[in-house]
Amino acid sequence: YCLNDSTSSQISLHYGYTINKVIQVHDRIFSCMAGSLADAQAVTKAAKFHLSFHSVQMETPPLVIAAASVLKELCYKNKDELQAGFITAGWDRKKGPQVYVVSLGGMLISQPVTIGGSGSTYIYGYVDAKYKPNMSKEECLQFATNALALAMGRDNVSGGVAHLVVVTETGVEHVVVPGDKLPKFHNE
Amino acid sequence: SASYDLSASTFSPDGRVFQVEYAMKAVENSSTAIAIRCKDGVVFGVEKLVLSKLYEQGSNKRIFNIDRHVGMAVAGLLADARSLSEVAREEASSFRSNYGHDIPLKHLSDRVAMYVHAYTLYSAVRPFGCSFILGSYDKDDGPQLYMVDPSGISHVSTHTHARTHMKEMTCREIVKEVAKIIYIVHDEVKDKAFELELSWVGEVTNGRHELVPKDVREEAEKYAKTREQADSMFIVGSI
Repeated sequence: YCLNDSTSSQISLHYGYTINKVIQVHDRIFSCMAGSLADAQAVTKAAKFHLSFHSVQMETPPLVIAAASVLKELCYKNKDELQAGFITAGWDRKKGPQVYVVSLGGMLISQPVTIGGSGSTYIYGYVDAKYKPNMSKEECLQFATNALALAMGRDNVSGGVAHLVVVTETGVEHVVVPGDKLPKFHNE
Repeated sequence: SASYDLSASTFSPDGRVFQVEYAMKAVENSSTAIAIRCKDGVVFGVEKLVLSKLYEQGSNKRIFNIDRHVGMAVAGLLADARSLSEVAREEASSFRSNYGHDIPLKHLSDRVAMYVHAYTLYSAVRPFGCSFILGSYDKDDGPQLYMVDPSGISHVSTHTHARTHMKEMTCREIVKEVAKIIYIVHDEVKDKAFELELSWVGEVTNGRHELVPKDVREEAEKYAKTREQADSMFIVGSI
């Protein structure tokens, strides 16, 4: 389950466009970008090509850890030049749904839930308190939407549109929530 | 054929590459290596001929570990096989580094086969004089078996090659059958002593490729010695 807000700090607040930061790197694998979006986009595009070639060669869809590892290799090997981090999540037939984090320097770890970006600092408490394992799809969507709404509410460089993606064995569902339709809390 | 067999970059008039065929002869002249894919794993067995009075037990291994989950048994020139085992290990290691998980056996076999094939294309090098069998076991994909020959073809093992009842047997039972087969094909007249190398990878080892434990090997050899005479008529040749 992947989610993201759609601003890229000051630039889009001035110009008023939204940016998609959740990129599909394969049929059932998505990657959220963080850091310098130029770097993140370049790395994501390279990884998407690499994964596509890999999956044709293997004659099977790639594992989520393979997608995360491809991103990790790029981030780690080029750590001196890049400022990009990723949250890679998706579904594969071996381990089912998984979430991996690739940090700026190229560390790769698996976690049940993770948050990133400038707005994430405001919602660590919320996520730690409200996350529970084995939630249903609806509970998960509500949890994620609330988390995003809280972050976007407090962080002045986050905002715009909330973009969520639900990935399961059978398919992919996009949920887009405009800022004014997000749940409202007492911080406004 | 006299002048068309000097380099791998020359075809004969009837479309053969003699250097590759000669490399396969090196495999034919070698002692037997066998691997059987069964219900819950793969068992390897090698007839290792003892050629010297100074031989130390367990030396000159012909079964290699390629990554934790893959075993490789070889026939032919042992030095060539050793160098290929290093190639296989590097492939498996770099796959794990790039993709974060165990290399699928088919992919490993294809990559090493491509490497072997490259040595059949140029006059500056000679083909590898060995064939090898790769085997692995995975909880999701089950037991798998591939063989690569000096021409660089990767063959997959299908059940049609083994006797039908063997695919229903477990590793513990197949270990005894492998030992029996090696004992039967060993020619006491031509070659004197031999050491039986046995290894397995399967549910019994939790997916790790290991040499068979001493007590299992001794039990298998005991079974092999008693059944050698009775079952010898069912065996046909070696790889």
